[in-house]
Amino acid sequence: MHYILIGVFVVSAIVGYFIINNVPTLLHTPLMSGMNALSGITVIGALAVTAVEMHKAGSTKLSIIIGAVAIVLAMINVAGGFGITARMLKMFKKKGDD
Amino acid sequence: MPYVYTALSDVAFYCISGVLVLGVLIGLILMSKPEKARLGNALSAACTLVAIAVTMYHYEILSSWVIWASIAVGTVISLIAAAKVKMIQMPQVVALLNGFGGLASALVAILSYAQANWNEENPDRFAAYTAAVALVIGFVTFTGSLVAAGKLHKVLPQKPVVIPGHTAIIVALIVATVVCVALGSIVPIWVTAILACIFGVVFAIRVGGADMPITISLLNSLSGVAGGIAGIAVGNILLVAIGGIVGASGLLLTRVMCKAMNRKLLGILLGSTSVSGKKSEAVEEAAEPAEESAEDTAQAAAEEAVEEAEEEVAEEAAPAVSVADILAGAKKVIIVPGYGMALAQAQAQVKALADKLEANGAEVKFAIHPVAGRMPGHMNVLLCEVDVPYDKLYEMDNINGEFAECDVAIIIGASDVVNPAANTAEGTPIYGMPVLNAADAPHIIVCNFDEKPGYAGVPNPIYTNPKTIMKLGDAKETVQELIDSF
Repeated sequence: MHYILIGVFVVSAIVGYFIINNVPTLLHTPLMSGMNALSGITVIGALAVTAVEMHKAGSTKLSIIIGAVAIVLAMINVAGGFGITARMLKMFKKKGDD
Repeated sequence: MPYVYTALSDVAFYCISGVLVLGVLIGLILMSKPEKARLGNALSAACTLVAIAVTMYHYEILSSWVIWASIAVGTVISLIAAAKVKMIQMPQVVALLNGFGGLASALVAILSYAQANWNEENPDRFAAYTAAVALVIGFVTFTGSLVAAGKLHKVLPQKPVVIPGHTAIIVALIVATVVCVALGSIVPIWVTAILACIFGVVFAIRVGGADMPITISLLNSLSGVAGGIAGIAVGNILLVAIGGIVGASGLLLTRVMCKAMNRKLLGILLGSTSVSGKKSEAVEEAAEPAEESAEDTAQAAAEEAVEEAEEEVAEEAAPAVSVADILAGAKKVIIVPGYGMALAQAQAQVKALADKLEANGAEVKFAIHPVAGRMPGHMNVLLCEVDVPYDKLYEMDNINGEFAECDVAIIIGASDVVNPAANTAEGTPIYGMPVLNAADAPHIIVCNFDEKPGYAGVPNPIYTNPKTIMKLGDAKETVQELIDSF
């Protein structure tokens, strides 16, 4: 399982590298912002570890609080990132669009 | 005996993860095409939403009010912020959000580190080590992004802050952190965390204004890596895959920018910013007050600037042709915006100028240097905000040949990116950096705040070129003057 996880990490990194290769400078800022939103996907990790704490008998309040803070922060990253990216892309118009 | 999740079988969870990763990838491919970028962003967002829902179902926490409350709080805060933030603040907001993501990954790492050591007799060493690595990268991202955001928001000095033995301290911190991670549970995890936090600050505090795009891009990449490695520690394939994608793409973007600025990534990491040695520091210090005063006394400066500009025109001893003649007769105009346009918030005036030129029968193009501004695509965002169609924005390679055939090049708040010295002045920080060939244009109008060199501190021969007309002062005012002149 460990090797699979590391393998997935490496493969997705390579795929990510090639996908981004052809982006025009025009889109670099929205893309960076979109990528930034995606890095908030760590919210999944936050949910997972918090769940583990919750399901464990005799988990401490502190660990639940840490998990909750992680969820809040990651959600700000995700939702804020996608929101800002959407706002930015909305401004990008071609001649003749409204 | 660990808790066993039964809501969703492992196979089903992996299959769903696979579909979601594919969705995110398609979203990113769409985002690299201007016409489909919005769809791509929406698709990525939708996949993330589904991923959150599936994760909650899989880990059986749908009934937990703590989880729902946390999600709601985060979402409300972010949506308010996303709606309120101004486009000009975009760089620091991206940096700040990135910092939050990094801190979230670090917190995830702390919990998964603790969970890896629950079974004291047989701790999960793999999870513990990967959690420690994620924790380090997460905290570095967090403090580094906060410093970057602070510098961009002018809460912290924009000038590079160099402490004695900076490079040695950075190297020592890296070594100490690596040793702490390698030693594993012998070193308390909070010691490692503090080292990582200090490293983030020490690394980012030394970066100056023009290197910020590279730093933010790098931190963006790091936050992806932090998430991915936290995913390895937690054993969540979806998180691992998306973290890997974000990490690699961020790194690529960083490389593209380094190449455009003719910098070495390692050099920036080790703190040798755009310039090295004492001489350059002096130049930076000289240049910095100019930039600060540009903000602090914008109004007073604007008034002075108008006078100055008038004097300037007079001093030029009436060039062969006047600004009015050039603009009125121009058939092809290339506008080169730079950070000064962002600083002066002059993009609306620039757009008005372009409109008037077009109404006058001229063809107007915008030449965008890859590193103009404070982050990649900064100029594009500002110009698109004021409704300049993006198909009029040209990348350097596509427009450089056209300067010689245009009638006039108008430079607005840019210096280093049009500095022909980059091709000739060996030994200067910008030597070898590809620049826009604005110097080839038959006429050049420069709307800069002052005649001081740009960030790199290399004097710009364009300013003294006889075919150049200098309009010094607040770009908002000087561009308006151009508009009114014909």
